[in-house]
Amino acid sequence: MKGIEEILQERILVLDGAMGTMLQRYKFEEEDFRGERFKDWEHPLKGNNDLLSLTQPEAIAEVHRKYFEAGADIVETNTFSGTTIAMADYYMEDLVYELNYESARIAKEVANEFTKKEPHKPRFVAGSIGPTNKTASMSPDVNDPGYRGVSFDELRIAYKLQIEALLDGGSDILLVETIFDTLNAKAALFAIEEVKDERNIEVPIMVSGTITDASGRTLSGQTAEAFLISISHIPILSVGFNCALGAKQLVPHLEVVSAKTDYGVSAHPNAGLPNAFGEYDETPEEMASQIQEYVEKGLVNIVGGCCGTTPEHIKAITDLVAKYQPRKLSHPII
Amino acid sequence: MTKPKHLKLSGLEPLVITPDSNFVNVGERTNVAGSKKFLRLIKEEKFDEALDVARHQVEGGAQIIDINMDDGLIDGKEAMVRFLNLIVAEPDIARVPIMIDSSKWEIIEAGLQVVQGKCVVNSISLKEGKEQFVHQAKLIKRYGAAVIVMAFDEVGQADTYERRIEIAERSYRTLVDEVNFAPEDIIFDLNIFPVATGMDEHKLNALDFIEGTRWVRQNLPHCSVSGGVSNVSFSFRGNNPVREAMHSVFLFHAIKAGMNMGIVNPALLEVYDDIPKDLLEHVEDVILNRRDDATERLLEFAETVVGKAKESKVDLSWREEPLQNRITRALVKGIDQYIVEDVEEARLAASRPLEVIEGNLMTGMNVVGDLFGSGKMFLPQVVKSARVMKKAVAHLTPYIEESKDASTSAAGKILMATVKGDVHDIGKNIVSVVLACNNYEIVDMGVMVPPEKIINKAKEEQVDIIGLSGLITPSLDEMVFLAKEMERQQFTVPLLIGGATTSKAHTAVKIDPQYSQAVVHVNDASRAVTVVGDLLQRETSDNYKKSIKLDYESFRDKFLNRTKAKEYLTLAEARNNKFQIDWDSDDIKKPNELGIQVWEDFDLNELTEFIDWTPFFRSWDLHGKYPNILKDEVVGKQATELFEDAQKMLEEILDKKLLKAKAIFGLFPANSENDDDIALRFRSGSKDDNKGSLSGAETTDEVSSSAVKNDEDEVFIFRTLRQQLKKRAGVPNIALADFIAPKTSGIQDYMGCFCVTTGFGTQELAREYEKKLDDYSSIMVKALADRLAEAFAEYLHKQIRTKYWGYGNSENLSNNDLIDEKYQGIRPAPGYPACPDHLEKLTIWELLGVKEKIGVELTEGLAMWPAASVSGYYFGHPRAKYFGLGKIKQDQVEDFAKRKEIELEKAQKWLAPNIVDE
Repeated sequence: MKGIEEILQERILVLDGAMGTMLQRYKFEEEDFRGERFKDWEHPLKGNNDLLSLTQPEAIAEVHRKYFEAGADIVETNTFSGTTIAMADYYMEDLVYELNYESARIAKEVANEFTKKEPHKPRFVAGSIGPTNKTASMSPDVNDPGYRGVSFDELRIAYKLQIEALLDGGSDILLVETIFDTLNAKAALFAIEEVKDERNIEVPIMVSGTITDASGRTLSGQTAEAFLISISHIPILSVGFNCALGAKQLVPHLEVVSAKTDYGVSAHPNAGLPNAFGEYDETPEEMASQIQEYVEKGLVNIVGGCCGTTPEHIKAITDLVAKYQPRKLSHPII
Repeated sequence: MTKPKHLKLSGLEPLVITPDSNFVNVGERTNVAGSKKFLRLIKEEKFDEALDVARHQVEGGAQIIDINMDDGLIDGKEAMVRFLNLIVAEPDIARVPIMIDSSKWEIIEAGLQVVQGKCVVNSISLKEGKEQFVHQAKLIKRYGAAVIVMAFDEVGQADTYERRIEIAERSYRTLVDEVNFAPEDIIFDLNIFPVATGMDEHKLNALDFIEGTRWVRQNLPHCSVSGGVSNVSFSFRGNNPVREAMHSVFLFHAIKAGMNMGIVNPALLEVYDDIPKDLLEHVEDVILNRRDDATERLLEFAETVVGKAKESKVDLSWREEPLQNRITRALVKGIDQYIVEDVEEARLAASRPLEVIEGNLMTGMNVVGDLFGSGKMFLPQVVKSARVMKKAVAHLTPYIEESKDASTSAAGKILMATVKGDVHDIGKNIVSVVLACNNYEIVDMGVMVPPEKIINKAKEEQVDIIGLSGLITPSLDEMVFLAKEMERQQFTVPLLIGGATTSKAHTAVKIDPQYSQAVVHVNDASRAVTVVGDLLQRETSDNYKKSIKLDYESFRDKFLNRTKAKEYLTLAEARNNKFQIDWDSDDIKKPNELGIQVWEDFDLNELTEFIDWTPFFRSWDLHGKYPNILKDEVVGKQATELFEDAQKMLEEILDKKLLKAKAIFGLFPANSENDDDIALRFRSGSKDDNKGSLSGAETTDEVSSSAVKNDEDEVFIFRTLRQQLKKRAGVPNIALADFIAPKTSGIQDYMGCFCVTTGFGTQELAREYEKKLDDYSSIMVKALADRLAEAFAEYLHKQIRTKYWGYGNSENLSNNDLIDEKYQGIRPAPGYPACPDHLEKLTIWELLGVKEKIGVELTEGLAMWPAASVSGYYFGHPRAKYFGLGKIKQDQVEDFAKRKEIELEKAQKWLAPNIVDE
């Protein structure tokens, strides 16, 4: 079977859409989040989507399945907040390994189902590594700009645990995503390098930043190019952007990255910008028509969706990108 | 194709060092070993001041800042982390990459853990053996930093040519082959040692460094060479002229050999070409070791060089940079002081004067364009850049004409015009300037340009794009007309639409269908550049045009579907649902002074406190509420600068009375009649013959219907328009007439009208600035005049409320309260949402005699001239409020035409923007 690096040279790969948006459709309540196992947990658990991999695994598998059915090549594990740092909100630091392991295992199982059915189109699992809810470059205290709520080492250790579990559970790729602070991402990349070194393995890495507003910068203030330079020190499968903006607003930033990197380029934007009610209402057709600009300009190798996107969006994107050549890669990756 | 291997660093912004890059200057003042002041600040924990040192360096042009905390008396690790954390919080410092400088590994690693960008580690070496070297290099790679490698090994520091290349090669091979370190991330420091020390073994110090550099750059691919330059002149401490010359000479040769970055104190650097010939010769003898007695000769000569203090030139070090850098900087920073001399220098060097425009100036303007496009520069700065550009071009023009070299190479030619009947041009001028900055040739036809002139000019000049602007609603129809005309005459060039009343909706629904070529609505100046670029780029324009056409089509469909979904009432139904007021004479105050009053020359100083600055910033594309905008993270700095410039100009306007403020207003008995009309009585005896108050002949006959003789009182009738959108239960369909007591109530009510202007003098001032090629000031004066006119309207309204009408004499409101309209009564203006019909201005003009008394005229399009004028009505009832008319239906248009006794067609034309599409 071809590896992902090889397939990336041949066609545009499709990443899945939003997990959260799909889970909202289940209208899970506190007791659903808790399940049998955590029914006596001392703290509220509603909203801990990552936990659903343990308490509602069928739902998670079903969402993955829908995305694969829609045509996604890669699904992301349900582990966006799967670090000891982010799980501290629910006092679930000790469950981090299991959460990540199970999430990866569920996704991999569904991926295998599909690969077996369609061997010509192997499906992959990307272990999702979110930004955590703390930032290493910015002070949470306006009166003390030199203060930091989390250190590089704390992040590195937390990420390392998540990474090990994601790999043990069967992730094919590691996806460091929604990077609003490049220093957090550098800690994650540092941890990945450590794990690779210790296990003597190679693993494809996707890196995806977030441009938070029209200024064209990350939350921690970097331009797209500065961000790219800051994370290009280790070999990666792809670099790109996700979240915060709609497909249209990402174009200029993708152009910068596409022109300046030898790695693959990825994008998984939101379904437009949120409307006055905070909902994403861009239709699959609208989104696909904007993504058409990416593929016409040859800007991307991997494309998918973030907040507000659904299997319908991914279907529209899959149909679209099938007609286009991927962005030219200058040399074999990794 | 693989991207070339360049050293790429980053702070908040990238720094990419290519073979074409100029020498990269590393700031060294934030080094406790090199700066006593910085050491003291750190020791005393005065971190704020220490930050200022860093900021100074960045502002002074340092592209990287070196930070070193190695001192026995401070905790280096703690100081490094604390200082870096603080720097990261200062975007104006953190934009450049950081060089983490320490001889202690633990300090370096602590530094690497707190900086998000790609740093440079300064430094590692083979001094402690290969094992440690490899270990550190691996970690540096993992942290994502570049590294300076000192020419140092287990034996000692390299002090000869051979030792330099031996250590460099060994280090390079170890890093590249064993650690897999990116070769472009390696920077060698080949040790700069003093010359002219009097010791023979030091004679070759400079030359060996230079030759070692040449070898490294030729034999070790992709790496860089750096060094601390001031070491070389160590033996001439105290004699700055000699030191400065030595630094320049050393750098001149070292850079030629391939040294591409280094620590140089810009204050201690002479321009190579400015070094006196005799001094130069002596210094070069020493640096290049050209004679045995070079040192003695320089020592001797040095005594004759008087240590004259260099004049303070904190901000002028950039003047010593290469010509192109100076020109680029002048354009980017908007400094026009030196541009003529720099351009002259460029002209003398060029074979044709046009080359200076196409080469030097365009290079600079491209930087401006890129910075603006990427959001690093803001509109006011770009307009300042354009001022510098214009000066430069003006200097060159005579030479270009002389050489009959008229071939231009603009990226495209764009016609810009404010359409017939409209006088507003601030936005259009800004867009023109910005486009001109991006190498487009602008054919600016000014304001009130009739369509046939636009068409003819476009053909004559063979323009690539036509841009139309307008601020008042009738301009929308002018644009539609022009689009039709362009279609009929088989134009193919794209049409750009901009201006405050224009919208994507109007463009998509009304203009786009009329013209089969591209029509684009451009809502701000920065977007104009990308849109024009996309339209004119040969390779992509077809696709872009197609996508725009599709975009507008789908937008149009959606929009029309949406409007269809709205329900409207018939006019009769709407009148049945009017705004109800229980008329009670207690709520109505008879004005203290009825009749008309004129203020001929009002003191502008009274108005400054009434200025609402927020729209002023908006006119420059800086969005945010005043005064918070001055502290805004993104645009704050620029807003502050703009505000200071505005204050300066305002002061000048006030001091020299450059603008004239005039006002006319009147308060009259009035009652509403027949639902939507307001009849206003005015004693004719006090009123002169006001006929002919209109500038456009076409419109002079339109007033008669509103003035009806009624014994001794003349009656003027305002025709108001009523909302027709179906509202939810309990919400009325309002017309302005609802705020005036109906005749049938038997209660005598009142209303007023006014016109204020601060526009007299604006045009003259603007022209004068334009003559001086200063668009920035020209736009500024217009924007200020607009603000003053609005302030005047606000001021006058207050006077009306508290004095002339007198119903609000107890009010005590701050300017913010005024802006938030916290007072009683309203002053709606014809052409604005409550009464979008401009025709009623004619009635105001006739009633008050506006043109005769204060000289403000109405154009064909019923815009006021001068533009900085405001006119409107006064309603005083406590329940009167601002509202938007929204769309009206055909039945009201017909009714309006009948009431006003005008042709239906005319009514349709003037009300078009508000008529619902059926």
